[in-house]
Amino acid sequence: MKRRDFLKGCMACGAAATLGASQQAWGIGSFEGYPEGMGVLVDLTRCVGCRTCEAACNKEQQLPSPDVPFDDKSVFEEKRRPTEKAYTVVNRYDTKSPGGPVYRKIQCNHCNEPACLSSCFVNAYTKTKEGAVIYNSKVCVGCRNCMIACPFNVPGYSYSSAFNPVVKKCIFCYDTRLKYGKPPACVEACPQEVLTFGHRNDLLKIGRDRIKEKPDRYVDHIFGEKEVGGTSWLYLAGVNFDQVGFDTTMSNDPILSNVKDFLGVVPMVLTIWPALFTGFHLLSTKNKNHADHENGHSGQEVHKP
Amino acid sequence: MYAVRNWLIGVVFMVALIASPAFSGAKTAPDTVELNSLVNLYEKVHFNHAKHISIVKDCADCHHHTAGTLAQNPNCVKCHKNSGATANVACRSCHLVQPFSAAALRQKDRSAYHNDILGLKGAYHQACSGCHQKMGGPTGCQDCHARKKGGDAFYSAGAFAPPQARAKQHGQ
Repeated sequence: MKRRDFLKGCMACGAAATLGASQQAWGIGSFEGYPEGMGVLVDLTRCVGCRTCEAACNKEQQLPSPDVPFDDKSVFEEKRRPTEKAYTVVNRYDTKSPGGPVYRKIQCNHCNEPACLSSCFVNAYTKTKEGAVIYNSKVCVGCRNCMIACPFNVPGYSYSSAFNPVVKKCIFCYDTRLKYGKPPACVEACPQEVLTFGHRNDLLKIGRDRIKEKPDRYVDHIFGEKEVGGTSWLYLAGVNFDQVGFDTTMSNDPILSNVKDFLGVVPMVLTIWPALFTGFHLLSTKNKNHADHENGHSGQEVHKP
Repeated sequence: MYAVRNWLIGVVFMVALIASPAFSGAKTAPDTVELNSLVNLYEKVHFNHAKHISIVKDCADCHHHTAGTLAQNPNCVKCHKNSGATANVACRSCHLVQPFSAAALRQKDRSAYHNDILGLKGAYHQACSGCHQKMGGPTGCQDCHARKKGGDAFYSAGAFAPPQARAKQHGQ
């Protein structure tokens, strides 16, 4: 056998093998969350805006002293977002509903397929089997890709640090509580029991039961059940979700789905194309002189001498 | 002749009448209840039970059916129309102090109808605040339980408030 034929045979077999293997890789599934994952059901019809959850989080995560006391209601005059000093905030929404203003607690929603995790190129984020999405500050390079990726604009950033700014966000009290099966500090502190802690699957049932038992009190939707692939922190409300600052245009596909398909093709392309085009090249220059190679076409043409 | 007999009957009757609660096993409702599950942040709540009995009258408004009277909510009556008093009437006998501990979650009966029972803190606040708002009772946090020093530290308030905030409190 000629050496050239041998090499062509190898490449053809290699191409066929990798094509077969990447078909499997191509069938990238979706992740519905760990089955025993915990979650929190946030019942916005119960919240009275006391901010005890903010105080509890500040204490548990050893965050710096706030600018205003936690019982100061003047903070509700503007809409706030989680920052490096406040992993959770409560906002007030003055809807036209007869029940008065609606308060919403904002924190990391600990998504099933987190966009932050998908976007991090140093693998700083981890989705634990308890459901928490935690991060490793030591690995974080401070690029803020996750802040762009997060559809809820949750991760805060330590802008105050000049030399080592890193991302900061709610970690579901993983290190101090969730790991040991205990509820996070905000859940334990809430006087109105706005926050119900439990397994995510159980919370979905509880949420549906609450809606069924009091259909006049709740809007028939659990926010976070399906949005962006499902989140661990689920919300019930008495008014439409877009009136209390939720983005109701979110798709049910995880943010990763926007890039999963074409990124999944890359390994296949990088293995197949060199083999394929080398094959074409060899085919097209089969009976030619080597001197004519600069004019070689990648098509099916064969030059006649 | 009959005077002694009648007198004896009278005495026995009076004794029986006065002692009857002891025999029936029915408990008398306490006049005040001390609620002290949050003592690290707040002072004890001296709950005036007697006053609430005289204002609310129907035990079922707070105690569901456990005190002997029936709740009027049609959703409850569906199953509980024959439910009477229970041995334990105190709130904390069903509403746990720590409803989300690992142990509580493990013991939870997922098939039970009552699978969404409030914890003790949530039950107190939800039962009390709604009615207080309607009837003009105390609605502020410190109206029922004054904050202690630990509570001030927790809320970064009072003596522990950040400097500019403290200036605002004293000055303006």
